[in-house]
Amino acid sequence: MPSVLIPTPLRKLTNELDTVQAAGANISELLENLDKAFPGLKNRVCDENGTVRRFVNVYVNGEDIRFLKENATEIKENDEISIVPAIAGG
Amino acid sequence: MRGSLRLPGAGFPIVVKWLKTEPLAGSELVMDKPSPFFSNLKCRECGQLYPKQAIHVCDFDFGPLEADYDYAAIKSVLTRELIESRPKSMWRYRELLPIDGEPSVGMQVGFTPLVKADRLAKALGIRELYIKNDTVNYPTLSFKDRVVSVALSRACELGFKVVACASTGNLANSVAANAASAGLKSYVLIPADLEQGKVLGSLVYGTNVISIHGAYDQVNRLCSEIAGKYGWGFVNVNLRPYYAEGSKTMGFEIAEQLGWQLPQHTVVPMASGSLLTKIHKSYKEFLELGLVEHSPFKIYGAQATGCAPISHAMKRGTDIVKPVPKPDTIAKSLAIGTPADGYYAIHSMKQTGGCAEDCTDEEIVEGIRLLAEYAGIFAETAGGVTVACAKKLIASGQIPAGDSAVLCITGHGLKTQEAINGKCGVPRTINPSLREFEEQVYNPDNASAAAQ
Ligand SMILES: Cc1ncc(COP(=O)(O)O)c(C=O)c1O
Ligand SMILES: [Zn+2]
Repeated sequence: MPSVLIPTPLRKLTNELDTVQAAGANISELLENLDKAFPGLKNRVCDENGTVRRFVNVYVNGEDIRFLKENATEIKENDEISIVPAIAGG
Repeated sequence: MRGSLRLPGAGFPIVVKWLKTEPLAGSELVMDKPSPFFSNLKCRECGQLYPKQAIHVCDFDFGPLEADYDYAAIKSVLTRELIESRPKSMWRYRELLPIDGEPSVGMQVGFTPLVKADRLAKALGIRELYIKNDTVNYPTLSFKDRVVSVALSRACELGFKVVACASTGNLANSVAANAASAGLKSYVLIPADLEQGKVLGSLVYGTNVISIHGAYDQVNRLCSEIAGKYGWGFVNVNLRPYYAEGSKTMGFEIAEQLGWQLPQHTVVPMASGSLLTKIHKSYKEFLELGLVEHSPFKIYGAQATGCAPISHAMKRGTDIVKPVPKPDTIAKSLAIGTPADGYYAIHSMKQTGGCAEDCTDEEIVEGIRLLAEYAGIFAETAGGVTVACAKKLIASGQIPAGDSAVLCITGHGLKTQEAINGKCGVPRTINPSLREFEEQVYNPDNASAAAQ
């Protein structure tokens, strides 16, 4: 199953786990499944319309899903998904 | 380590344990006396309050947390006279900075010159022009010493022993130097393609320089993951609320150095957009505290066209910032494709009536040369961006020629020599002979031909 890296602010929902496994053919499905396992998680990551919030970045194997197919980005068996809050400059 | 308890229905978290660890050597003031002025962290999106710890995003909406102050308390003590009586560093505005005790890192940072640049004003076609010259900021020659001074002072208060950052170069230099002087262990993570001056300017301090294959945004993502795993103080991740406030001091100084007045126009380079939003905040705070009179002011953002997500969004008339997948510009310090504060930077420009501009690599080089030849200031590529964009804003009338403007010049040119190498001519080499000198360099009988 694909693994999902959970950022610190969401770990209260995942029993402090920093990595979890979740299934799903694409990002939307994966978020739905994550929400079933960890209720409330999807609402933190997405706004009312289901789009990823302004201050969150979601990556599939290091690629920002906004450069792929956003929520429709497909996921394969061994993919690594990261949920990362936006970071100030450098 | 530290905990907060959220009661259902309670407006904000109740702190149950206020960092009660052993007293830390060298930082006895740890939290035993919280600042009477700096009260909380607050989510910029939903207003939720949080305790003043090493956290940076809201639990509910990922909104950035920002320092929140008791302005009434500050107003009752902070006067122009009090500020003027203090040492010439950024810490003269300490009531407006988010630490509890005395600053312990970077006491000498800031209060860089505000230079009236008459010749450059003429060259750019504007009545009055000032350069806020952070190329000579102490100790690492960029405005980043401001943010690091606050972040590391706070890191010491919170008990961190290891500090780190993701950086496009300048932040790495500053974290490395200031951590060295404070005796903190440090790690700096940078994209692999940085200029040699920026790399060496970190290595020399004995820090751990980790160079990452990939663009800055990849470095950022990795840092986020590391910060979530190890208990390090990442200045621009979990210490971001403290870090970001340091940039306000550039705006405070500009206003004070103009004789307690806000500039009509301020041009600011943008990477993540944090500096611009904090300069805006600094002007608003001085107004709120009555330290300056109300007068119209506009703030403009400058980017390189090869990585201009904020400028392009602003020009499209939207606040939806489309990330740039592969930044391509010589202004590497500004090459952030996914700018965290882009949204707020756009709103700062809009609210003040300013706008954004971007410029090509050729224009950046020209900007560096203009600043050097007409104001005697050698800036890095970000400075070239600021000058080039200001030139375009003046030429297009967006900054009116009859007005007065301040350009924020944020880093020194010796750090980005690659950008202009071979573009400013070469020395003329001769033998130590007066004849050769007169033949090849300067002939008083034919001075107009030989001398340039
Ligand atoms: C020299 C210089 N100027 C300006 C900036 C922009 O900073 P910000 O990310 O706050 O927009 C940076 C950021 O790295 C920088 O190095
Ligand atoms: Zn919030």
